[in-house]
Amino acid sequence: MARKLKFNIFRYNPQDPDSSPHTDTFHLEETESMSLFIALNQIREEQDPSLQFDFCCRAGICGACAMMINGRPGLACHTLTKELPEEITLMPLPIFKLIGDLSVDTGSWFRAMYDKVESWVHTDKSFDPEADEERMDNALAEEIYELERCIECGCCVAGCGTANMRGDFVGAVAMNRIARFIMDPRDERSEREYFEIIGTDEGIFGCMGLLGCEDVCPKHLPLQDQLGILRRKMGWSAVKQLFRFGK
Amino acid sequence: METIFTDVLCVGAGLAGERVAIEAASAGFDTICLSIVPARRSHSSAAQGGMQAALGHCAMGEGDCPDVHFVDTVKGSDWGADQEVVRLFVDRAPEAVREMAFWGIPWNRVVPGRSTYFKGGKEFEKVEPTEKEGFITARDFGGTAKWRTCYTSDGTGHTLLYTMDNKVVQLGVTVHDRVEAIALIHDGETCTGVVTRCLKTGKLRVYLAKATVIATGGYGRIYRETTNAVINDGGGAIIALDTEVVPLGNPEAIQFHPTGIVPTNILVTEGCRGDGGTLLDVNEERFMPEYEPEKAELASRDVVSRWMTHHIRRGLGVKSAYGDHLWLDIRLLGEKHIKTKLREVEEICNNFLGIDPITQLIPVRPAQHYTMAGVRTNKDGAVYGLRGLFSAGEAACWDMHGLNRLGGNSLAETVVAGKIVGEKIVEFLQDYEVQYNTGVIRGEVTKQQERIERLISSKEGTEDVYSVRNAMQSELMERVGIFRNGADLQKAVDNLQEIYGRAKKVGLRSKGAGANPELGLALKIQGMVKLALCTAYAALQRTESRGCHAREDYEARNDRDWWKRTLATWKEGADLPTLDYEPATTYVELPPGERGYGVCKIISCDGEIIGEDKS
Repeated sequence: MARKLKFNIFRYNPQDPDSSPHTDTFHLEETESMSLFIALNQIREEQDPSLQFDFCCRAGICGACAMMINGRPGLACHTLTKELPEEITLMPLPIFKLIGDLSVDTGSWFRAMYDKVESWVHTDKSFDPEADEERMDNALAEEIYELERCIECGCCVAGCGTANMRGDFVGAVAMNRIARFIMDPRDERSEREYFEIIGTDEGIFGCMGLLGCEDVCPKHLPLQDQLGILRRKMGWSAVKQLFRFGK
Repeated sequence: METIFTDVLCVGAGLAGERVAIEAASAGFDTICLSIVPARRSHSSAAQGGMQAALGHCAMGEGDCPDVHFVDTVKGSDWGADQEVVRLFVDRAPEAVREMAFWGIPWNRVVPGRSTYFKGGKEFEKVEPTEKEGFITARDFGGTAKWRTCYTSDGTGHTLLYTMDNKVVQLGVTVHDRVEAIALIHDGETCTGVVTRCLKTGKLRVYLAKATVIATGGYGRIYRETTNAVINDGGGAIIALDTEVVPLGNPEAIQFHPTGIVPTNILVTEGCRGDGGTLLDVNEERFMPEYEPEKAELASRDVVSRWMTHHIRRGLGVKSAYGDHLWLDIRLLGEKHIKTKLREVEEICNNFLGIDPITQLIPVRPAQHYTMAGVRTNKDGAVYGLRGLFSAGEAACWDMHGLNRLGGNSLAETVVAGKIVGEKIVEFLQDYEVQYNTGVIRGEVTKQQERIERLISSKEGTEDVYSVRNAMQSELMERVGIFRNGADLQKAVDNLQEIYGRAKKVGLRSKGAGANPELGLALKIQGMVKLALCTAYAALQRTESRGCHAREDYEARNDRDWWKRTLATWKEGADLPTLDYEPATTYVELPPGERGYGVCKIISCDGEIIGEDKS
């Protein structure tokens, strides 16, 4: 027999003066292959059309639908209700500014991150439309793609101990981005330039090594390895700089 | 009213919109992109398999050149394309791919030496040339003579969009996300910007611009079963149609992709078949070679989708709780290939189907995928009917796809058209000045405010917006799908007219406060049903079969009477679009002929009857 699901959903619409933060409860009969995408849309269409949440691709590709699912950050679209108990509590991601109910403003947070880490290929060359592309080893292209798969859903930030304590921590997503550019020979930044961006307590030295980021990453990115590699690199960079200053 | 001025306003920050913005910003123009979601969540990110460009580096792409790409694209379009635009596109595509490499795309590269590949379930060997080592490689896709589709695993749209947005950030282009354009500001001759609704606060805001660009992608969400993201609900096409002067090109041209997974309709890439995957029926036997001896699974999408539907109708589909489907088999490609070249496919199968594609079959069936239909522009991307208005990407009918788009040509179009249209906008702005008419602006703002008030107070009625949308989606799905006929299309038009009447009577159940989602849909529902009516009515009028438009009562492609493009406009107060026609192309490099796949039945320009039915 189909389960009766109970949803406890955080509600607050900052644009509505009559609204205050609270939890609403909704009940649904579970259907086959029901995902939180299906469930939340059903609640909105049949029970409360004002319910705010974000879905976009609904295929685990775009990162729009991250939320706290029974206390753990995850993508709602690829979370099947059969993997959850009958009582499901949904909260918006912490750290990001609330727009309403389960919807948060990830766009502003990430744009600030791109500016901080200068998330683009730095080069003095200019593009020659007539020339063949520069060659690259396919294995390296695949390694870069591995880190490029990040979908900026915000789960690693929401699941991060440091980010929850200090608002200026850049998070694993930014560190992963830097690691991607360090790996890319097209980016001509020096180790020192990278160090200036993340060789700080807001960057790699703020990481407490709890590694919640890797546990909750829906794309299973190798964040633990990248954080380790970066910490070593930046540590050496700091030592080298001390040595230089000492002279 | 908060009002923001800029030179160039891109409505939409997917690949096409951002590529236009980069061109404009690089030329020194103030540029703003609007997006209903954070830019990197745009649906461009969901494109998987790749981007066609005739680089010809890999062994199986040897001898490729823009001329071959041209022929494939025109044949793919079933001669519906504007050949001048196709020529522009194929010539510039290689440069566009290299430029994206320069900006940071980790394209997969040529690995020299012997390797194996699969075709039609059999293993073959190829030798990649040493002198090409490290150049951008390509994979096979449907309807192409060469391996031409450049890729990064099966996350090509994702890497393209992230790299494009990196460039946007580097140039300091302003992106206002969670902003939805709900009306164009125009006086019937010139477009000067948009009225928007903020999806963070619900407040209206005006953007005034010398050049406005519609780059809002496709509108697959007018169909019930679609691979499209939930945001692909026609915003850009609707505000264009609402002007009464801007036409939609070929609204009947709607593509179904052969491999949406069952039941969620999530796409698995054509790269699965390009890399050697096969389609199987209930007996786990291949069926495509029977229908298409030459191309088999790699005929164009319209053709494969039709044969799949035909095969299911013959009773050879696999029964399921969600209706009959077929199988996609990529097991033969092996674990290493799937884990490096088809990673998203593997994740989608694991997460949404609970199956392992390395050892299990994937349930698939055709689902709506792409709108060749769109805001009609000339070859410069300038929209018909309004000066200062442009369009690019899937939102536009530029028109390089005609009645069927080839896989890999949409990502390519976004980047190439974005570049070309961006260049043309820069030229246009060199000596262009515009006067902002406060009366026109206030008139449009007032109209939108009144619409919102009427919806919130349920002044026109209490129709539920979701049930109206569901009725529209079902109507298109049932009667304006892969196979079409006059009786069903007429019924669809009749029913959609009734649904349009209901759409006018929608009232909100909620208060509509802030970024209320019910209000967001209610503001669009009439427009969505208008788009649906344009599709159904134009399909009813086109009494031939061409590309995706397959009429069971008119099976031949009729070049004598229908080598033309539909232009649909909508007059205020009407309950049907006005249809006009123009020649499909005035520049002819490749005269109409046989595609080499699909049913060949043609009434030629001279009225000669060619070919016969294979089924």
